[in-house]
Amino acid sequence: MIEAAALSKRFGTVEAVSDVSFIARDGEITGLLGPNGAGKSTCLRMMYGVLAPGGGCARINGIDVRGETSAARAHLGVLPHAAGLYDNLTARENIDYFGALHGMRRERLNLRTAELAQALGMESFIDRRVKGFSQGQRIKVALARALVHDPGNLILDEPTNGLDVMAIHSLRDMLRALKAEGRCILFSSHVMQEVAALCDRVVIIGHGRVLADDTPEAIREQSGAQSLEEAFLHVLGTPTGVG
Amino acid sequence: MPAFLTVFAKEFLENLRDRRTLLSALLFGPLFGPILFGAMVSRMLNQSVAESDEPLRLTVSGREHAPGLIRYLESRRVQLKFESLSEHAARDAVRAGTAQVILIVPEEYGARFTAALPAPVLLFADSADSQTRKSADRARLLLAGYGSGIAQLRLQVRGVSPLLAMPVAVNDIDVATPTGRAVVVLGFMTYFVLFAVLMGGLYLAIDSTAGERERRSLEALLSLPVARGSLVGGKILATCSYMCASLAISLTAFVFVFRFVSLERLGMSANLGVGTALKFFAICLPFVPLGAALMTFVASFTRSYREAQTYLTTVLLVPTLPIAFASIYSLKTRSSMMFIPSLSQHLLMTSVLKEEPIAVFDVLASAGSSLALGLVLMLVTARHWRRETMLG
Repeated sequence: MIEAAALSKRFGTVEAVSDVSFIARDGEITGLLGPNGAGKSTCLRMMYGVLAPGGGCARINGIDVRGETSAARAHLGVLPHAAGLYDNLTARENIDYFGALHGMRRERLNLRTAELAQALGMESFIDRRVKGFSQGQRIKVALARALVHDPGNLILDEPTNGLDVMAIHSLRDMLRALKAEGRCILFSSHVMQEVAALCDRVVIIGHGRVLADDTPEAIREQSGAQSLEEAFLHVLGTPTGVG
Repeated sequence: MPAFLTVFAKEFLENLRDRRTLLSALLFGPLFGPILFGAMVSRMLNQSVAESDEPLRLTVSGREHAPGLIRYLESRRVQLKFESLSEHAARDAVRAGTAQVILIVPEEYGARFTAALPAPVLLFADSADSQTRKSADRARLLLAGYGSGIAQLRLQVRGVSPLLAMPVAVNDIDVATPTGRAVVVLGFMTYFVLFAVLMGGLYLAIDSTAGERERRSLEALLSLPVARGSLVGGKILATCSYMCASLAISLTAFVFVFRFVSLERLGMSANLGVGTALKFFAICLPFVPLGAALMTFVASFTRSYREAQTYLTTVLLVPTLPIAFASIYSLKTRSSMMFIPSLSQHLLMTSVLKEEPIAVFDVLASAGSSLALGLVLMLVTARHWRRETMLG
């Protein structure tokens, strides 16, 4: 379970995030939806502990990320914005590196990598160097890297950005499979169709505040709009979405 | 395995597979110095040998006006070449380089010489050319010798003691020791050694910081449950390992170069065998972590490979500053200098080459100050990595 409790963050005079609270539950996919610059990345970065919150706190399985960063991260896999790989290493070495930094032992790491290679369909290229991989292959390796320590929670920041249709499609399948395993998945996006296709719950963020937090269906109904897209624009209050 | 060793192993392996890093760390960086140094020294050797052994070549025009002078020059084993040249033609010949030094004896020389008046000769040379300048100096010296010989004879003929015309007798005493002459050359050499040390780690320092940011793998790395100090420590350690390899290769190459270029012929007693190379390695070892931490620190502030390269090539020049400063102000070696990294290594290596005794205190001061500064830079780098601005 991933929890944001009254998170806020300022950069100089800009209030990037203010008083954001929501809960992403286990066995559900939660979408953080908002236009570019709404504060989604800042929010997520506080939740995986690379930014210190100005106020409030983020909890992973009830553990405060700020207070016990390492303990909280042990239950959390992270796929940051445009997660890059090491081109001169093989897919396996990329995954092993993160596993070893999570403190995993060699035997367990070997088992886990074999498991992930099978689950994500990476067996044909697991021992090839990443240089020259397709986008679909890259996202699989990045996801395997985030999941190597078998975390119950997964945060993905705009995972579909820059991916082609095939890669997006296989990513969706992978996320659904992870959800079926009972994991808690939180991902951000500015593309509504993506959220509608995947999420059990949607948190809409605009100007650093939570504007709506419900199921896609309920959000559409409450706004009285025909489609989720119209509802999104209605909730944001402006046709363009940002100021 | 501790996290910093995991980071070390990954950086070591990843860069071993990168051709750019390998070429610069293990080939260009360490071999640049020895090759340039070998070329420089053998050129100096050829020049100085040419200076003392080869006879002076002189083109003379108007020999018929000064038979005495010509006989004198021939007796001094000057290789004379006789041509009939106008002043204009002589000027052009020297400028074009077809002749190095030209002596023209004008027609009035004979008459003025017989009348005991100053007899003019014209000497053409290019003072901007360092090689022919030496030949011109030698020609001038010979002419002056001839002149004073004639003057003494003239005074004696008139019953005057030639000693009256020599109010001061100057005795030149050259105190330069054979090794002293080598110091300038050795200054270059020790810098090349330090340069090889830094070049070895240059690309790894860039790749593990700015490279990490450029390929967008940094944020994922920073969101792992690993202390930032361990990440920085592992990266600096990997940089150190490449620097040590580069240093070893460079010193091996120097040993080879010195086998073919013997400095004794230049009047220098410096020599570099395996034993000296090992001492050099030990002297430079404390400089390695300092250089690695400095480059990692600087590269941590940059956003891209290109930007990091720009700043780090400046860092490569940093070790020259204390060495240059000390030689410009020709400071005498003092123990307090042993606290200045790069200068202390330079002085210690120079002492080893000159076979001077080395104080234990100096070695400890040099190693201690370099290691301490390296540690401080590493801690500062780790602190920078803990800041939120690292995300960029």
